[in-house]
Amino acid sequence: MEQRGWGLPRLLGLLALLAVQVPRSSASSYMGLWPLPLSVEMSPRLLRLSPENFHIGHDSSSTAGPSCTILQEAFRRYYDYIFGFYKWHRGPAKSHAAPELEQLLVSVVLDSQCNAFPNVSSDESYSLLVKGPVAILKANRVWGVLRGLETFSQLIYQDSYGTFTINESNIVDSPRFPHRGILIDTARHYLPVKTILKTLDAMAFNKFNVLHWHIVDDQSFPYQSITFPQLSNKGSYSLSHVYTPNDVRIVIEYARLRGIRVIPEFDTPGHAQSWGKGQKDLLTPCYHGHTQSGTFGPINPILNTTYSFLSKFFNEISTVFPDHFIHLGGDEVEFQCWESNPDIQKFMQQKGFGTDFKKLEVFYIQKLFNIISTVNKGSIVWQEVFDNNVKLQPGVVVQVWKYGDYAKEQSRVTAEGFPVLLSAPWYLDYISYGQDWVKYYNVEPLDFDGTSKQKTLVIGGEACLWGEYVDATNLTPRLWPRASAVGERLWSRQDVRSSQDAYKRLTVHRCRMVRRGVAAEPLFTGYCNHEDRV
Amino acid sequence: MAGSALWFFLLLAAALAGRATALWPWPQYIQTSDLRYPIFPHNFQFQYHVSSAAQPGCSVLDEAFQRYRDLLFGSDFWHRPDPAEKQHTLEINSLVIHVATPGCDQLPSLESAENYTLTINDEQNFLFSETVWGALRGLETFSQLVWRSPEGTDVMAYSKFNVFHWHMVDDPSFPYESFTFPELTRKGSYNPATHIYTAQDVKEVIEYARLRGIRVLVEFDTPGHTQSWGPGAPGLLTPCYSGSQPSGTFGPVNPILNSTYEFMSTFFLEVSSVFPDFYLHLGGDEVDFSCWKSNPDIQDFMKKKGFGNDFKKLESFYIQTLLDIVSAYGKGYVVWQEVFDNKVKVRPDTIIQVWREEAPVSYMKELELVTNASFRALLSAPWYLNHITYGPDWEKVYMVEPLAFDGTPEQKALVIGGEACMWGEYVDSTNLVPRLWPRAGAVAERLWSSKLVTNLDFASKRLADFRCELLRRGIQAQPLNVGYCEQEFEET
Repeated sequence: MEQRGWGLPRLLGLLALLAVQVPRSSASSYMGLWPLPLSVEMSPRLLRLSPENFHIGHDSSSTAGPSCTILQEAFRRYYDYIFGFYKWHRGPAKSHAAPELEQLLVSVVLDSQCNAFPNVSSDESYSLLVKGPVAILKANRVWGVLRGLETFSQLIYQDSYGTFTINESNIVDSPRFPHRGILIDTARHYLPVKTILKTLDAMAFNKFNVLHWHIVDDQSFPYQSITFPQLSNKGSYSLSHVYTPNDVRIVIEYARLRGIRVIPEFDTPGHAQSWGKGQKDLLTPCYHGHTQSGTFGPINPILNTTYSFLSKFFNEISTVFPDHFIHLGGDEVEFQCWESNPDIQKFMQQKGFGTDFKKLEVFYIQKLFNIISTVNKGSIVWQEVFDNNVKLQPGVVVQVWKYGDYAKEQSRVTAEGFPVLLSAPWYLDYISYGQDWVKYYNVEPLDFDGTSKQKTLVIGGEACLWGEYVDATNLTPRLWPRASAVGERLWSRQDVRSSQDAYKRLTVHRCRMVRRGVAAEPLFTGYCNHEDRV
Repeated sequence: MAGSALWFFLLLAAALAGRATALWPWPQYIQTSDLRYPIFPHNFQFQYHVSSAAQPGCSVLDEAFQRYRDLLFGSDFWHRPDPAEKQHTLEINSLVIHVATPGCDQLPSLESAENYTLTINDEQNFLFSETVWGALRGLETFSQLVWRSPEGTDVMAYSKFNVFHWHMVDDPSFPYESFTFPELTRKGSYNPATHIYTAQDVKEVIEYARLRGIRVLVEFDTPGHTQSWGPGAPGLLTPCYSGSQPSGTFGPVNPILNSTYEFMSTFFLEVSSVFPDFYLHLGGDEVDFSCWKSNPDIQDFMKKKGFGNDFKKLESFYIQTLLDIVSAYGKGYVVWQEVFDNKVKVRPDTIIQVWREEAPVSYMKELELVTNASFRALLSAPWYLNHITYGPDWEKVYMVEPLAFDGTPEQKALVIGGEACMWGEYVDSTNLVPRLWPRAGAVAERLWSSKLVTNLDFASKRLADFRCELLRRGIQAQPLNVGYCEQEFEET
C-alpha cells in the first residue's frame, strides 16, 4: 500500500507523533515561534490574558499615536489573530491563579515612519518585554513594531482550560538579512487579487518583507498600463484577467500595512512575447531565410522607437510602484531571432559587435539602465546580465537563480562589489514527494568563498513560485509552509539550523497559519486542532 | 426591459470541432454533426419515458435531474424570455430518459451496468440505459455537451469514477467511531471530539455517493498498520520484546490469541452492517515481522503450529482466520498484493489490489501472476497520485495500459479496474483537491474509455477544458500548464 522506505520522513514522522499529540496546553510557547528570534529568554512564570480586558495600545513615550494607521490597523489585526478565532470559548477560567497581562504597550523610539513605505534599509528590529500587568514592545520604527506584534501573537497559547496564556519573557530581535522575498508569477497564470492579498498575510506571519511581483511574461500581460492600455487589452489572457491601477494600489497599500515592499518585475528583452500584441514594432521580427517568418523574438534593440517606448513605460512604472527598485529581468535571452534578422545583422556590423550577440544584449541593457537612472530608480537583474559582462552601475542588485554552482556565482558577483540576492536553491515550483522544506532550510546563503566584505553584499534571498503549474487553486498550499523554511533562514541567526527543532516549531506554525485562514499544507502526518475552520 | 440581454440560453452542440472536444472521459463511441440546438432554462426538463422502469420518485434520478439542472443553468437564471423573442431554430426542451431495468433504491455494485446511449437529433433527445447508474453517466456526458452562449464526491461523478476507496484508519489515527468499540476512537483518534467520523457522517457519505452511482469500499487494514487500534483495544496488538523483557512498544495485531479473533469477529460484524457494499478491503500489506519475532509467546506458538521460522505462515494463519470471519458475514473482500505474494490461501473470489511498482516483480508481471492464479485484480501501482513531481505528470498516468501484460483473454478479463490513490502523509484538506484533480481525471479516462483513446494532444486539450469546467462547478482543480479559465478559482 504505502511505501515506507523514506528514511528521513519516517524519522520525522515519529517526531511528529510525539510533537503533535502533546496537547496544545503543555506545548511550550517557545515551540511555536517562527522564525526564531535573535534572543529569547523565557521564564516559567505564566500570565493569563482575557479577551475582554486585554488591550494593545500606544505607550505614552511613543512617537506614534492613534493617527498612525499602520499601527492602528495592526493592533486590530493582531487582537483578532490572538482572540478572534476563539470568541465562543469565552467563559469560566476566571478563577485561574496566574496573574493577568492586561496590556501590550507599543513604543516607537525614533521618527515612526508611519506614512512611509518600507525600503531595503528599514529598521525591523524590536524588543519585547512580557511582564505582568503590562508588556512593552519597543522599536525604532513601525516596521519593528509589526515584526514584534507577530512574535507577541506567537507567544500566546491556550491552556487545557482554554485560558489564553503567555510566559513572562524577554525577546530581542532583528533580521539577519534585509531582503526576504517571495516571487509570484501572474503571467503564466493570472492570480486574483484576493490570492495576492492572502499571500501577503502569510508573508507577514513569516516575517517576509518583499513581494517580487513577476507581473508579465511571454504568456500574458495582465498589468493595465495607463500610458499604453493596449498592452493589456491585447496581451492579457482576457479582459477580466488584468490588474487595474486600482488593483495595484490595493496590493501596494495592503503590503505597506504589513511592512512589505512590492517590487515589480518587467522582464526584457526576452520573455516579452505578450508585449508584442499591444505594441507594434516592439519585438524583433524573426526571419526565415530572406522573408519574415511571422514570429517574433526579444525586444528589438536597434530601433529608437523601442527606447522612447521604454522610457515612457518605465516612467509610468516608477510612479505607480513606490519602491526604489524595479526588477528588469534580463534572463534567458534567445539570440536566434536576432541572428536571423538582416537589419539586426547590419546594426551589429555598424556597431562592430561582430557576431557576438551578447554585445547587443549589453547594448540594450545599458540603455535600459540609463532610462531607469533617469527616473531615479534602482535596478535588480537576473544573473545573466552580470554573466554577460554588462557594465553595471554600482548598486545594481544581481539575483542568482541558476542552480548549478550558485555559490561560485555569489563569489564572482560579490567580488565585483555588487549586492546579491539568492534564489537558486529556493525554486519552490519544483515539487517533489516528501519533506522538501528540509532541503530549503539547510541552505546557508553565505556558504561561498569570499571575504567578509563580500559576505555583507548578500542582502538576502527570495523563494520563487513560478507559475507554469500554479494558479489560485494550488498556490497557497504549495507555498506554505515550504517558504516558511526560507523565511527562517533569512531572518534567524546563522546557527539556528536544527531541522528537528525546526520541525516541531514549524508544525505549530503551520497550524497557526491554517487557523488564520491560510491553507498551508501539512509537513507530515498529524493534525491541527482547528482544522475544521480552514 | 431588454429581454434578450437578460435571459440567456445554452447550446447543445455536437460538432467535434466545438464542444464535444471537451468531453472527459471520452465515450466508447461517439458520432457528431455540426447541428446546434438551443436550450432554455425556463422550459427545459428531464423527463422519464412512459415505458421507463424508473419513474418520478426514483431518488437517484430525481436528485440527479436537480443536480444537473443546477450545473447547466446555475440557480440565478430563471428569467422567462419575451415571447416575441421566440427562436425559430429547433430547440431542445426535454431530455427523455428511459431506464430498462427497475432499481432506484439499491446501491451500486461491482456488477452494476453503466452503459448508456445518448441520442440528440431533430427527431429525439433520448437517453437510454440499462440501469439508473448508466443514466447517471449519460447525464454527465449530456452536461458536458452543453455549452453557454454567448460566452460562456461530485467531482468523482464528473469524471465517472464509481468507487470511493476509504482507507479509514491506519497507524497514526483511528477516526472511525465504532459503536461496539467506542474506545477505539476515544483513545485512537487525533481528537475524539472533532477528528472522527460518526455513524451519521458515514451514512451521509454513503448516500451522497449512492446518488452519484459511487460505491463506498471501506478499508480496515490489519494485521499491520494498526498502531492506532492499540490504545483503545488492550491486548489486541503484539507486545514487542527487547531480549527477555517487553519493550513497551507494540507490533501488528497479535495473531495467537483467541481474544483477537473474538474482537475481529465483533468488529467486522459491525463494519459489515455499516458499510453496505458487498466488498470490504482488509488491507494485509507491509506486515513487519520483527516484533512478532521478538515475542517469546509467538515463538512458542510458531513451534506448536510447526511454522518453523517462516513468519509468512503466521501471517497466513491470521489472514485466513480473518477471511473466514468476514466470509461468514456474506461479504467479499479486497486485499493488497502482499496477501497473494505471501501465498495466503484465499477464497477464489478474492480481489487482489496491485500497488507495488517494482518489487517483488514489476506491476505488469504481478497482474500476470495474479490473473494466472485466476484471481481478479485491481491496479493502483502506477497511480499513486500522492507522489508528486514537477510538470505535467498526468501524461505518465494517462499512458498506462492496464492490460499490457502477457496473458490470455480470460486473464485480461480478470482485471476489473483500478484506483488512483492519494495517500495522506502529506495531504489534508488544505491541498487534497488541487493535488487530486485534474490528475485523477487521467486515470478516470483510462478506466472508462476505449483502449484506443491514447492521443496525448487530444487528451491534453480536453483535459484542460475539463479542468475549467471543474472550476466552474466549484472544484479547486489545479492547472495542467500555462493558460487560464474564464472563471478562475477565488479565495473565500
